[in-house]
Amino acid sequence: MVVIGKKKYQSGEGAQFLSRRSALKKLQLSLKDFRKLCILKGIYPREPRNRKRAQHGDTSIKTLYHKKDIQFLMHEPIIWKFREFKIFNRKVGRAKAMKEFGALRRYLNNHPQLKLDHIVKERYPTFIDALRDLDDCLTLCFLFSTFPSIAHVPREHSLLCRRLTVEFLHAVIAAKALRKVFVSIKGFYYQAEIKGQTITWIVPHHFSFEPQSKNEVDFKVMSTFVEFYVVMLGFVNFKLYHDLNMFYPPKFNSPGSTDTKLVDEEVYVSERIAALNSPLSSVNNATPAPEEELDTDQFPTEADPSQLELSRIEVEKVKKLKTLFKGLKFFVNREVPREPLVFVLRCFGGEVSWDKMLFVGSTFDESNESITHQIVDRPSMTKQYISRYYIQPQWVFDSVNARQLLPVENYLMGSVLPPHLSPFTDMLRDQTYIPPEQRALLDPEFKVKTAKDDSEESEAEEEGDDQPEIEQAETILEGESAEATENDISEEEPEITVTKTNDSESEQERLKKKKGMVVQQGQLTRENPWEKNRIEKQEYRLREKMIKKKHRNLYKSMMQGKEDRAKEIWLLRKKRRIHDSTEKEKRKQMRKEGKIKNTA
Amino acid sequence: MGAPKKAGKRKQDPIIPNKSNKEEERVENVEELEDDDDLDENSDLGSEDFLATDQLDEDDDSTDDEVEGNNDVVDSDTENDPIVFGSDNDDEELEFESDSEEYEKDDDSVNEEEEDEEDSEAESDGSVNSKDKFSSESGNEQSEEEVRQPKTNNKSLVKSNKESNGSNKPARNVNKKVVKLSDHSEKNLDYGVKQNKSSIVNSGRNTSDPAVEKLTSNVDEYEQDSSDEEDIRNTIGNIPLQWYNEYPHIGYDWDGKKILKPEKGDQLDNFLKRMEDPDFWRTVKDPMTGQDVVLSEADIELITRIQKQKIPDAQFDEYTPWVEWFTSEVMKTPLRKFPEHKRSFLPSKSEAKKVSKLVHALKMGWIKSTVEMEKEKQKNKENKDFYMLWQSDDQAEEMRRIHKHIPAPKRHLPGHAESYNPPPEYLFDKKEMKEWNKLKSTPWKRKLHFIPQKFNSLREVPAYSRYIKERFQRCLDLYLCPRALKMRLTIDPASLVPQLPSPQDLQPFPTTMSMVFKGHTDMIRSFTAEAKGQYIASGGDDMTLKIWEIATGRCVKTVPCGGIIRSVAWCPNQAISLIAVAADQKVLLINPGVGDHLITSKTDQLLEIIPQSDVIVNERVRTAVQWEQAEGENWRNGIRVILNHFKVVKQVTWHARGDYLATVMPDGQNRSVLINQLSKRRSQLPFSKSKGLVQCVLFHPIRPFLFVATQRNVRIYDLVKQEMVKKLLSNSMWISTMAIHPGGDNILVGTYDRKMLWFDLDLSTKPYQTLRLHGTAVRGVAFHKRYPLFASGADDKGLIVSHGMVYNDLLQNPLIVPLKRLCNHETYNDFGILDVMFHPIQPWLFSAGADATIRLYT
Repeated sequence: MVVIGKKKYQSGEGAQFLSRRSALKKLQLSLKDFRKLCILKGIYPREPRNRKRAQHGDTSIKTLYHKKDIQFLMHEPIIWKFREFKIFNRKVGRAKAMKEFGALRRYLNNHPQLKLDHIVKERYPTFIDALRDLDDCLTLCFLFSTFPSIAHVPREHSLLCRRLTVEFLHAVIAAKALRKVFVSIKGFYYQAEIKGQTITWIVPHHFSFEPQSKNEVDFKVMSTFVEFYVVMLGFVNFKLYHDLNMFYPPKFNSPGSTDTKLVDEEVYVSERIAALNSPLSSVNNATPAPEEELDTDQFPTEADPSQLELSRIEVEKVKKLKTLFKGLKFFVNREVPREPLVFVLRCFGGEVSWDKMLFVGSTFDESNESITHQIVDRPSMTKQYISRYYIQPQWVFDSVNARQLLPVENYLMGSVLPPHLSPFTDMLRDQTYIPPEQRALLDPEFKVKTAKDDSEESEAEEEGDDQPEIEQAETILEGESAEATENDISEEEPEITVTKTNDSESEQERLKKKKGMVVQQGQLTRENPWEKNRIEKQEYRLREKMIKKKHRNLYKSMMQGKEDRAKEIWLLRKKRRIHDSTEKEKRKQMRKEGKIKNTA
Repeated sequence: MGAPKKAGKRKQDPIIPNKSNKEEERVENVEELEDDDDLDENSDLGSEDFLATDQLDEDDDSTDDEVEGNNDVVDSDTENDPIVFGSDNDDEELEFESDSEEYEKDDDSVNEEEEDEEDSEAESDGSVNSKDKFSSESGNEQSEEEVRQPKTNNKSLVKSNKESNGSNKPARNVNKKVVKLSDHSEKNLDYGVKQNKSSIVNSGRNTSDPAVEKLTSNVDEYEQDSSDEEDIRNTIGNIPLQWYNEYPHIGYDWDGKKILKPEKGDQLDNFLKRMEDPDFWRTVKDPMTGQDVVLSEADIELITRIQKQKIPDAQFDEYTPWVEWFTSEVMKTPLRKFPEHKRSFLPSKSEAKKVSKLVHALKMGWIKSTVEMEKEKQKNKENKDFYMLWQSDDQAEEMRRIHKHIPAPKRHLPGHAESYNPPPEYLFDKKEMKEWNKLKSTPWKRKLHFIPQKFNSLREVPAYSRYIKERFQRCLDLYLCPRALKMRLTIDPASLVPQLPSPQDLQPFPTTMSMVFKGHTDMIRSFTAEAKGQYIASGGDDMTLKIWEIATGRCVKTVPCGGIIRSVAWCPNQAISLIAVAADQKVLLINPGVGDHLITSKTDQLLEIIPQSDVIVNERVRTAVQWEQAEGENWRNGIRVILNHFKVVKQVTWHARGDYLATVMPDGQNRSVLINQLSKRRSQLPFSKSKGLVQCVLFHPIRPFLFVATQRNVRIYDLVKQEMVKKLLSNSMWISTMAIHPGGDNILVGTYDRKMLWFDLDLSTKPYQTLRLHGTAVRGVAFHKRYPLFASGADDKGLIVSHGMVYNDLLQNPLIVPLKRLCNHETYNDFGILDVMFHPIQPWLFSAGADATIRLYT
């Protein structure tokens, strides 16, 4: 029997989705406005569980929005603002065409303005939610703060971005929230932890702006994003400052407020950094009380005591990290990018200054004897003070990531820097390649081959001994076994060799015995572990074939991934080995030449 | 202006090659000096004409003149007209319209214009041979001609048909005086006269009295054109004169003759001229004619005035007293006679309205004063400031929000490779670089989206060129990328592998190869074991049947069969020793003569007797198979009975009791399966219809069932009830072989598409389990009779022993555990293992391979 009134796609997935076209129709908006609305409101298309059903039988790929999302948009007051804009544009266009300049000015003076406060609150119900979503916001705002005034990016936008980002940096400094820094080829990655949320943002290197071709980058879209992010970041800043007991619109003691004036770019940047160097005034004018000791009483909330212990250690480490550079005085040479260094050093309690003559805001002079470190990025300097270290900027970043003051030997002026490692690699995941430098950081026993070691080594080598190399190989092998899951084969190899040698020894003994005695002694049949392994493997392979059809593809892909990763690790290790050996060769050659010269 | 021009032109005149008299020219020159009066001119013209006529008899000249002359002129015209007609007797049709009255009216205003006309007149005067530009109606012309033919030399030319005139001219006398008609369309318009024309006709007859006649005629305005602007002596028209730069002439005269450029004279001449000629400084050259023109005093004055930037008109008084009509001074007496109106003392109502509107707008805030606007701007700025949006950290306010929000995933954090100073192993080597470049068109396939770079110091790190693009891409992802919640599997792949009992616990099963039976020379297609497990028999492409002793591994006997042996089957009846061998189209029943002597001899005795029966064999069956008793050589070889089939026999199989023997001929169509009864030496065709290509058949070990495997399905027939019981759907492309569990409830089907299907007959018609243990086509499957083992062999040389436990409990499904893969055979022509068989008693496994060996695994 046919059920009357019931039709296909009137309920279920077919009724839940709207294509973009129908959404436009429903909202009666132009595509441009719709896009803007989506960006501002944070509405995104959704992937249906069954596309064919969601598209009423159409199998082509369409942009589908959830029906409720569109209904949600329908109630948005800023839609009216869009319509006002439309009318406004028409009026202005007409006035312009008719050359009614009085009217034109009047229109332009009270143009409609978008107010986005309510959307921020709507999109981020709690402050924590806002913090969680701050990554993109910060990254984009930092980028826009470097933009000149171009089409679709008004000057006020970039100025506001600058102001807000500097404010945010101040908040991070005040809260000592920075955890990790990474200098990548793309820019500086910072990771801060605020209220338990890790926020990562990128600050591009200098001169990151370059004109883009129109079909590659649409600045309009980006500036719409920024339009929202600026508002969001403002509110987040306000809340952060409030929580830190500071006045919100912070008063920087830079000479003049540069927000409105169109000042020289360079001056602005220098002032911005100068601002970072000065502490902000807090609400209660007293010095900020030292952080109250964390109550280390532990309640057995977590079942695993070891987990608890780990977290305790982590907390202590972080506490140490916050005062990493406390009591150290840094002088930043002029060739060093100041902004990241000042920010990082100030975050961890260091005092920073720079050349007074070059930029504003320096606090002490180069000749100050109490300076402990001078950060330089040049091969040599004529005038050096004996009371301080001349180090390269990487030392600061590496120290932060290592959470301790690293020995400065490797980072002294003019020396070849050790690799700068990413602090973001996930140690918990198995099958990751850990470069030897990182392993050296993780466990102090592991020794990385450096130039110095090598020189000693080579001396030993000259005596005609290959011992060090073997040692090194062993250390690598140990490292491998330390990793939880590794290539089985590589693990097996040492064992094989051992058993083989054992076998040969017993053989010899047996032969001796055979010669000596007539009566054969009963022999223990020893299981060949390799053989056993092989059999096990074979059995496993047969069992693999019994995987249900349902899981077969999944299993295959997982194994494929595993294999790929293993291969990648193998490749990296191989490249490293080759590199090391060539380096060694080079050094040897160099030394030989040096010796010859010496003798000569 | 008119005077000097005239003068210039007159000066040129003598040089122009004319037919006019020199005297005439002289006269003209004299005239020019005299005055500018029209009348005089006319009179001059008259004298000119007269002189000309003096020379050339009977020539009439007609010179045009304008009507716009002075009144006197017109008067004179009118006066003269009758004389002309009287004296001339001309029949010329000339329209006269003396607009004297009008002229009188406008006299003063027209003065200057007149002068212009005079110029042109003068020109016309000067050029003696200039044509008569007498524009009149066509009728006029005709009349002209009429006039000419009968009598006189009076002629008037119409400008509009110059050509005709031209043609007339040569025929005519050269010495005609052309009357130029100068007309001024502008003037005509001014006067409101449609056409006005004057022509002067001179009659040359009257020598003593040079009568100047002026004829004014009304003509169409269009006929007059702008002919007055043209230089009558040069007919080239209004063209750039430099076109004639290269030629010796500067144009053409009315007769089409070249007007040669005047000689320039050398420098000496010039110098002499300069020295001698007092007027040299005021002589200019006329570009149109190339003649020198001496500027008049008036002209020079004009030029000097212009040079001095004075107003050209000397008469104009620049310094007339300024009359200040409207002054700032309030005069005591009003300018106007009447007093101010009352209205002017009252405030304007309309203005009041406007003001009140403005005030209202200000009040309502529609318009704002600048101060207010400034304030507002300031306020707006303050409004942009931020406030406490979230009261608490984690307490959400109740409001409408996005439905089931899916937060955007965060971006991946960078690894070591992205560092500005990465460990050396992360830098690309040549191979990786090459791969990177190769994937230029498909960048998403690259392992990394950037090339790792190493910089020696932080100072050297440049801006990343793709930074903005990446940010933009992220923006696009945020608002355009469809989002969905996806479960990420964090399981260990090992957990997907089913947990099966360890093979150690399922022993015994064959694990090692313990014996190889060599002796066949070609691949072994089939083999079979004796029920007691002492011997096996095998046959293959080398067309021999070999009997092997298992214990020793020796070939006990070899029986040549005369055909490729596709299948061998030892009779399960232990009371007789008989092997059924399918060799090409024959099925041989061979007594191997091994084992118990009593049994073999008994078998021989049994088979010597041919049972007699009076049943008439069906034609269909008889054509399919014939029983034949072996004799002679065959008998000695052990062959006892031969069944000659009509097609190649692929398989033979015994019923469990050993009396019935089924043979399969895949090409036999509806006669492809044949069941032969040994005791009665009789054959049956169980199926009347073909259900497909039969691959193999099997007898149920206990019940009277026959399993027939066609290409894709297995059909089970009840032989007693003669009906199909079940149809098993294999879901595969091509079945190769099958084996039945000794319990009879489970079948194992091997297929060419690499699968093995375990059918549980109690469960369903679909496979209970599909085993994909092999990588290639499965050729042989076998169950062990006593142990819960089964084995399969495939083309990939792999022989897999599995545990297949069937429980008596119907609720418990069979347990299938692959135990071991044995891989000892060699491939031959892509074939690996062709047949598999278990020892009937021991847990041993035999495999027959294409490499002509049989291997025993224990």
